[in-house]
Amino acid sequence: MDKNSLFFQAFVYLSAAVVMVPLAKRIGLGSVLGYLLAGILIGPAILNFIGSEGHDLMHFAEFGVVMMLFVIGLELEPEILWKLRRSILGLGGLQVLVTTFIISTLSQLLFEISWQEGLALGLIIALSSTAIVLQTLNEKGLMKTSAGRHSFSVLLFQDIAVIPMLAFFPLLASHQPDIAASAVKETTWTAGLSGWMQTLIVFAAVLAIILSGKYLINPLLRIIAATRLREIFTASALLLVIAITLLMTQVGLSPALGTFLAGVVLANSEYRHELESDIEPFKGLLLGLFFIAVGASIDFNLVMQKPVLILGLVFIIMTIKGIVLLVLGRFFRMKLDQNMIFGFALSQMGEFGFVLLSFSLQEGVLKKEIIDVMIAVVAISMAVTPLVLLINEKIIQPRFGAKEKEDERESDKIDEKNPVIIAGFGHFGNTVGRFLRANGVKATFLDFDSERVELLRKMGFKVYYGDASRHDLLRAAGAEQAKIIVLALDNLEKRLEMIEIIKKHFPNLRILVRAENRFDAYQLMNAGMMHVYRETLDTSLRVGTDVLKMMGFRSYTVNRMARIFLKHDESTIKKLAAIKNKEEYVASAKEYIEEIEKVLESDRHDPELQNDKGWDEESLIADAGGVKPS
Amino acid sequence: MAKILILFAHPVFEKSRVHKRMVNHVRQLEHISFHDLYETYPDLDIDIKKEQQLLLEHDVIIWQHPFYWYSAPAIIKQWLDLVLEHNWAYGAKGKMLTGKKIFNAISCGGSEEAYNERGRNRYTIPQFLAPFEQTAHLCNMQYLPPFVIHGTHRLSEADIELHSIQYLQLLVALTHDRISEEEYRSVTYLNDLLPVPEQVQS
Repeated sequence: MDKNSLFFQAFVYLSAAVVMVPLAKRIGLGSVLGYLLAGILIGPAILNFIGSEGHDLMHFAEFGVVMMLFVIGLELEPEILWKLRRSILGLGGLQVLVTTFIISTLSQLLFEISWQEGLALGLIIALSSTAIVLQTLNEKGLMKTSAGRHSFSVLLFQDIAVIPMLAFFPLLASHQPDIAASAVKETTWTAGLSGWMQTLIVFAAVLAIILSGKYLINPLLRIIAATRLREIFTASALLLVIAITLLMTQVGLSPALGTFLAGVVLANSEYRHELESDIEPFKGLLLGLFFIAVGASIDFNLVMQKPVLILGLVFIIMTIKGIVLLVLGRFFRMKLDQNMIFGFALSQMGEFGFVLLSFSLQEGVLKKEIIDVMIAVVAISMAVTPLVLLINEKIIQPRFGAKEKEDERESDKIDEKNPVIIAGFGHFGNTVGRFLRANGVKATFLDFDSERVELLRKMGFKVYYGDASRHDLLRAAGAEQAKIIVLALDNLEKRLEMIEIIKKHFPNLRILVRAENRFDAYQLMNAGMMHVYRETLDTSLRVGTDVLKMMGFRSYTVNRMARIFLKHDESTIKKLAAIKNKEEYVASAKEYIEEIEKVLESDRHDPELQNDKGWDEESLIADAGGVKPS
Repeated sequence: MAKILILFAHPVFEKSRVHKRMVNHVRQLEHISFHDLYETYPDLDIDIKKEQQLLLEHDVIIWQHPFYWYSAPAIIKQWLDLVLEHNWAYGAKGKMLTGKKIFNAISCGGSEEAYNERGRNRYTIPQFLAPFEQTAHLCNMQYLPPFVIHGTHRLSEADIELHSIQYLQLLVALTHDRISEEEYRSVTYLNDLLPVPEQVQS
């Protein structure tokens, strides 16, 4: 069989992913590590299934990073971005500057290289991997913690910083440019233009993206959505991302930055969720492919030849980067535990490192020997990041966490164990907790945002810091003695995970669980939950109630109708959740919509449904032979 | 000038024929406060302080409601239970309502004949209203005879209109203090103090 045929290659990549990722997830290593291992497995070092296209593939798969930034942009409204400005510019800027300075100084001291080479290495090494960090933090549900937010800010700054770096690198050239490499250099629109023209075109391109995002893309999407052809909407979402990528490459900007910008502009669009869910599978697959390519690109022959040098470099570089991050994090007043996650998460080098390394070869900035070693170092550092984070989570954090808990227990000792535990103290858990407290019921809170924990403790709440799904933490919080636990976390995966753990270790607890919507509720009910509370139910009914009141309905009548509707909805959702067969489910969901319509219609006419026959005098009037009310 | 407070309770006012007309006539009158309990408290969460304040500000209180199951709709009971607090409305120190007049203004399906010893309902309306009368008594209030519209299921719109005008006349008389203690004692229903419009059919 031709090893280079497309289908064979697709078969190899997909089966490696399908085998390794679930395996890695099962043993708690996370999907990123699974992909990387899959890459190493099919790479030249072990099975050697990958042909010569491995490197091209990496370029292609980097498109996954571009898509990821688009999706991130979609989730980030401009106001949020504005709020992060201090952390992006301050923390991100300082990280790049300080790391570059230390690395370039050290590399000149340790190795015999020129200052230009040192500076180039410093800049390359300062960059971290957006793909690996965001994917891993997302999977662990850490994006909303302060570590997650700060990591994101730093990564965003780095991604932007790549652009001036690309412009700056040719000035560092001290060797003969690699002819073979520069021959493949792409021609861009800006190639032959003067400096200020280039700048102008760059600004024009950015402005074009912002303006068209605001005034062109949205109306276009509306027209496309009106055709009701799902695949055409998906196609246009893809087209959008690809078009921006092309435009950005042509003007010499990073495509990731361009799509990120477009995402931010479209964050307020009504099609935001459609775009997101359409791009999501492509993004996921391409990112997976990218991680596989990174794994496969590790040159184990080279590592075997110079193991001490390469592994030593990985260790030293990650340590230096980590320390710089920790110090800066401290400076930006991050709590120690969050700071640890932040420091460990960003300590690797990133995909832009590859880009800059091959660019350096092409421009004659660095020697080929250095570049070969560095590519291995970058790839290995990316590969070990999920492992490092895992070590932090399983070994370092618990020790640190336990220590903090012990301090805490000194002061908490006399406290009786509370009968209620609330996991997650966001807006949801917060309201539950305040209501309980107002009625004199004491609750113990679990939360993994240390800054929030700090605040709560100041307010006199009993709070345990940490991942609420760890059963040792639950035990410490008194899960064995408590009667009720409220799962108010905003991450569905975490809630499902907790349900399993509670069912296994603390069967004494009654579980009340928050659900985002109808589909969450089905999953939770299928996980055996009896008490499921949809965020979108009571509130929307309250809005409906107020609308009817403003329309002139009697408030008492409307209140009764809302309660009847609530009960009806709760009973149908229980019926629907019991259906396991997917087709049956779709059919009954459709039926359900029709049913709701019927119910709504009859609510107004059918006294049976209103249950208010006792107040209906029509039959009495008929019996009396009196006049019918007009 | 006496000020009147109408404590109105009808769970399905939108379906009502009789009370809708009654309310239409008296709602805008001067010196009358119309207080729609079900509309104000759809959850039956009665604001006790506000209700007590309203009582203090008025001289005549009316419980206006349909005569469901020989009594008032649920919110009136809730109102009684919560608002008439010990040592405020009754008890050794509870004198806040002393001297105020209070009565029920009701509509019922049965005819006047049905409400006596030999009728279908076996008791008279005042007998059924004993709990209200005694509540008023305990709170040192003067309980007046009720205003009653009978046989509502048989009434035409025109009949209802006439009864409503009668209700209006009663309230005007009450605000001007035109009815003497003697007159109150002489009647079973307040309706009897007013000229019966000749056109009433039933």
